[in-house]
Amino acid sequence: MTVILNQSFTGISIGAVLLLIALGLTLTFGQMGVINMAHGEFIMAGAYTTYVLQESISSAGVSLLVALPVAFLVAGAMGALLEWLLIRRLYTRPLDTLLVTWGVSLMLQQLARDIFGAPNVQTRAPDILTGNIAVADGISLANSRLFILGLALLSVLALTLVLRFTPLGRRIRAVVQNRDLAEVSGIATGTVDRMTFFIGSGLAGVAGVAITLVGPIGPTTGTNYIVDAFLVVVVGGIGQLKGSVITAFVLGVLQSVLEYSTTVSVAKVIVLVAIVAFLQWRPQGLYTLRTRSLA
Amino acid sequence: MTTTSAPTTTPAPETASERAFDRFRVPGGFALGAVLLLAVAPLALSDFRLALLAKYLCWAMVAVGVSLAWGRGGLLVLGQGVFFGLGGYAMAMHLKLADAADTGVPGALPDFMQLYGTGEALPWWWAPFANPVFALAATVLLPMAVAALLGFFVFRRRVRSAYFAILSQALAAALAIWLVGQQATTGGTNGLTDFQGFFGYDLDDPANQRTVYFIIAVSLLLLMAAARQLFVSRYGELLVAVRNSEERVRFLGYNPANVKLVAYVVAAGMAGLAGALFVPAVGIISPALIGVVPSIGFVIGAAVGGRGSLVGAVLGAIAVAWAQSTLSDAFPAAWTYLQGLLFVLAVGFLPGGLASLGAVVRRNRSRTRTGTRSGEAA
Amino acid sequence: MIGEGLTIRGLRVSFDGYTAVDGVDLDVHPGDLRFLIGPNGAGKTTLVDAVTGLVKATGSVRFGTDEGDGTELIGKPVHKIARLGIGRTFQTATVFEELTVLQNLDIAAGAGRGPLTMLRRRKGVPDAVAKALETTGLTELRDRPAGVLAHGQKQWLEIGMLLVQDVRLLLLDEPVAGMSHEEREATGELLQRVSEDSRRTVVVIEHDMDFMRAFARSVTVLHAGKVLSEGTVAEVQADPKVQEVYLGRARDEESTAPAAAGPPGEKPTPTPTASAQEA
Repeated sequence: MTVILNQSFTGISIGAVLLLIALGLTLTFGQMGVINMAHGEFIMAGAYTTYVLQESISSAGVSLLVALPVAFLVAGAMGALLEWLLIRRLYTRPLDTLLVTWGVSLMLQQLARDIFGAPNVQTRAPDILTGNIAVADGISLANSRLFILGLALLSVLALTLVLRFTPLGRRIRAVVQNRDLAEVSGIATGTVDRMTFFIGSGLAGVAGVAITLVGPIGPTTGTNYIVDAFLVVVVGGIGQLKGSVITAFVLGVLQSVLEYSTTVSVAKVIVLVAIVAFLQWRPQGLYTLRTRSLA
Repeated sequence: MTTTSAPTTTPAPETASERAFDRFRVPGGFALGAVLLLAVAPLALSDFRLALLAKYLCWAMVAVGVSLAWGRGGLLVLGQGVFFGLGGYAMAMHLKLADAADTGVPGALPDFMQLYGTGEALPWWWAPFANPVFALAATVLLPMAVAALLGFFVFRRRVRSAYFAILSQALAAALAIWLVGQQATTGGTNGLTDFQGFFGYDLDDPANQRTVYFIIAVSLLLLMAAARQLFVSRYGELLVAVRNSEERVRFLGYNPANVKLVAYVVAAGMAGLAGALFVPAVGIISPALIGVVPSIGFVIGAAVGGRGSLVGAVLGAIAVAWAQSTLSDAFPAAWTYLQGLLFVLAVGFLPGGLASLGAVVRRNRSRTRTGTRSGEAA
Repeated sequence: MIGEGLTIRGLRVSFDGYTAVDGVDLDVHPGDLRFLIGPNGAGKTTLVDAVTGLVKATGSVRFGTDEGDGTELIGKPVHKIARLGIGRTFQTATVFEELTVLQNLDIAAGAGRGPLTMLRRRKGVPDAVAKALETTGLTELRDRPAGVLAHGQKQWLEIGMLLVQDVRLLLLDEPVAGMSHEEREATGELLQRVSEDSRRTVVVIEHDMDFMRAFARSVTVLHAGKVLSEGTVAEVQADPKVQEVYLGRARDEESTAPAAAGPPGEKPTPTPTASAQEA
């Protein structure tokens, strides 16, 4: 029982990381239909931002707190730039976008290698996040994991509030639901696209800060997470935050429990099979917007 | 009645003069390719260069399938490494078992198993690969079976094309991770390597390496001929129709899932054969050759050369492979930037690849490219 | 129900709690040219979607030809329904834009082809395709990619595709939308010719009331997912229920048409020709 609880908590914290990463994708892939493979490199950018800030700010706690907004801005700016340079020319060709952004991702990885070197680097976690909280006999929760969980939930809340209650959120939803109508209603869809990309990519930066607490970071850090994060959005459904939230945690727990009962590699294969099976039941994902258009 | 206004992807020219030209052009080009590959290259190239060319041609064989599934069918196959790997491992397992049998020790295990393994009996799923017929059949049929299984479940339900791309990529990631995790039975990260013989012939003998090259060159030509037939057949037209509007095809009484499945399974079989021939030519198969990154690499050659053009895809794959081998050792950083730039420029700004360059210039932007990937927007 | 055409009983389609088609019974016999009319949201297109298997529905839809017993269509996948000889067009013409007109028609003609035929190259032009090219007046354009055709030509290509498919039930969703007057006349005459073949059943969804009055043999009025009225054009126009639904709407939206004899254009703003007719 203790083991299962511990594995479940590990799963939830894996899910929290996945959720943070998938949250940005829910905007850019889910809402806008753009498969941005460079999303992983925005995570990496967020992680290196934390690393750089720690070099100049001695207190690990302060630098972590500063890193959150700075990483959001850095990654967000990279995303907005990418949207402006390339992606906006490719909105009618989603699969081509995937390949183009993969190329961008390769270049960004090499850039990181040239700047920071190929070997992984380690950031220091603030003391407050290094300990464990003993919940019950034999069950303890790592503080860093709790922090990530909190950060993920906070990000979901913030994104929900922005989408639901701000003028920008209304415009984003309007453009997603009917781009042409939004345009003739006086919404500058190009600007909205760029803002959506800014927020989605910025969230990747925040995810990057979070994963510095999980382990060392390197040029390929983002790539390791990106496929799983896309799977979360695929299963969660298009443009639905709640779908991503549920899926991230379910996949996290599933992966973690399966890893315990089999091996990491077998768990990966089983999770993939489970996803394909799930899509038999819900080909459009957990939640989906119904439209009447053909196909 | 002019076909000059047709998009570049329109197959089967209809005017009499074009048909006559077509009749001459295709066999002529095929013969030229055959002469270059089977006579000029073996005479002109050193053993070392010929072995490199053999490797590039294996990748070109994968590109033939990519051109069919992606170029014609609009299926972005990001997991071709899986099928390349299945074919490669099937062949490598047979060669390993044959090498072990050659040592003369009864029940000898392949060398790496003695090193990492528990030293016990051969795993049950290795045993059938000792049979050469089974192993050879498996190099093609195993990838086709896996593709059929995944394709059946994905195409049967109307899963978005983007989802298919991501799932095929996840499959590549999962297989690579699984292989790494099973070091005792798959060689793990090292993969399977250090083969002595190839169906009784010594692989160290340069003459035998040349034979392997000829097998690969002939296979590539045969695959291209088969793909060409599929392109111009009614099936090829139907495949384009499915790419344009899957739902409309359904209302004409076809099941688009089957149409896509055929392209995907054939492409998988081609990748499997390529992987199988890669093993004797290069002497290794490992997870690093089949994961997410090399899987996308299989697509880039076709994208650079021209996804819709068979010859373009093959030449593109050879050119990219050549550039990679030449540049990646000397300037690894520069090569990575160049590779990234190739993706951005070729896919982003020249979706028809280099094969479409002539047509693009000729049309001089006077026409909008109606055909450009409209089917994927669905 | 042998050879009785289209028979719909208790058809019901719901989307997330909203019932778009709410218990429709409908019979259309071979040789008929039936127009389905009704306000926006009446469930016309959804009804066609349900018959062709595009949306899930409950109830019963049977289609019988003289060769076969009435087959239940509910629950069958789209392509199997199509193979029973049921074809449709869409509100926005959907053709294969990268293929030529000829290739479009050849594909439409070939759902029954065996694998060996599929793997071979097309030689020449099949008779049915040549005939359809002639009927639709697209012979000159047969080697053009369908994507460059004008809107009206695409609609004709779609009808041509139904003809080479040799369908027994044609379901046309606003076939003349966006066509010029001459094109409408020609399309209407084509539909009449097609439906004169007693093996064929034709159902047309239409907003254009002039077109309906000129060519319909019978009319079914849908309202809020239910059949409101059915009969000849004259009978339907005289039906007080139809007048109530249409005139109630018309009074709110258009104060100048109090004495309209027939259902006005159901769009909030009637087309100029429709209002001229009704004035």
